[in-house]
Amino acid sequence: MENKCCAANNEVMILACSGGSNVGQLSNRAAVELTQEGLGKMYCLAGIGGQLKGFVQSAKDVPVIAAIDGCAVGCAKAILKNAGIQNYNYIVLTDLGIEKNKNFDLSDEDIIRVKNAIVAACKGPNVGAEAGKFSRIVGCCG
Amino acid sequence: MDIKVLGPGCAKCQQTEKVVKEAVAEAGVSSTVEKVTDIRKIAEYGVFGTPAVVVDGDVKCVGKVPSKQDVKKWISKQ
Repeated sequence: MENKCCAANNEVMILACSGGSNVGQLSNRAAVELTQEGLGKMYCLAGIGGQLKGFVQSAKDVPVIAAIDGCAVGCAKAILKNAGIQNYNYIVLTDLGIEKNKNFDLSDEDIIRVKNAIVAACKGPNVGAEAGKFSRIVGCCG
Repeated sequence: MDIKVLGPGCAKCQQTEKVVKEAVAEAGVSSTVEKVTDIRKIAEYGVFGTPAVVVDGDVKCVGKVPSKQDVKKWISKQ
């Protein structure tokens, strides 16, 4: 945690799949790089999934979430649903045309494509996990 | 009742501590209010940002100054 007072109230919380496939690891890698580049701050999807109170309350209280699933199995979406969180920007990497496989040599091209998609998702209307559902539009992400 | 206000120490964290203490006094509830400023101890709560308020181990709010009304609600439910 940064030694910065009152951090993160206006930051994007980035919650990424990190599953055992290329798209899981692309999600994770994109989240790391976007955190390093200042889009927002990567946070602990597993903590929310484990229903650890600090993590769940943080996700409920943060103004903007970017949730990234590797594929249509939708683990991040399911975790947020179980935590009662509905308003978030959401992308699924296989929807970008990236085929899911077990090749962990991630291409720079795919990483860039994923990052651009996340940034675009944050800049546009805040579409929830269900198509056509709009919630807050927040001027975040750059 | 054990209440912790998490925050390294800026205006918002100080305001949160003030709000919590006032709410506790007005509610007449017996409790301790502790300010936690150590970053490593704050991190143990898993919060995304500060200030944050914890009541009897339950994280109640993160990243904002709560209203006195909210604090009274939290402490009356315990």
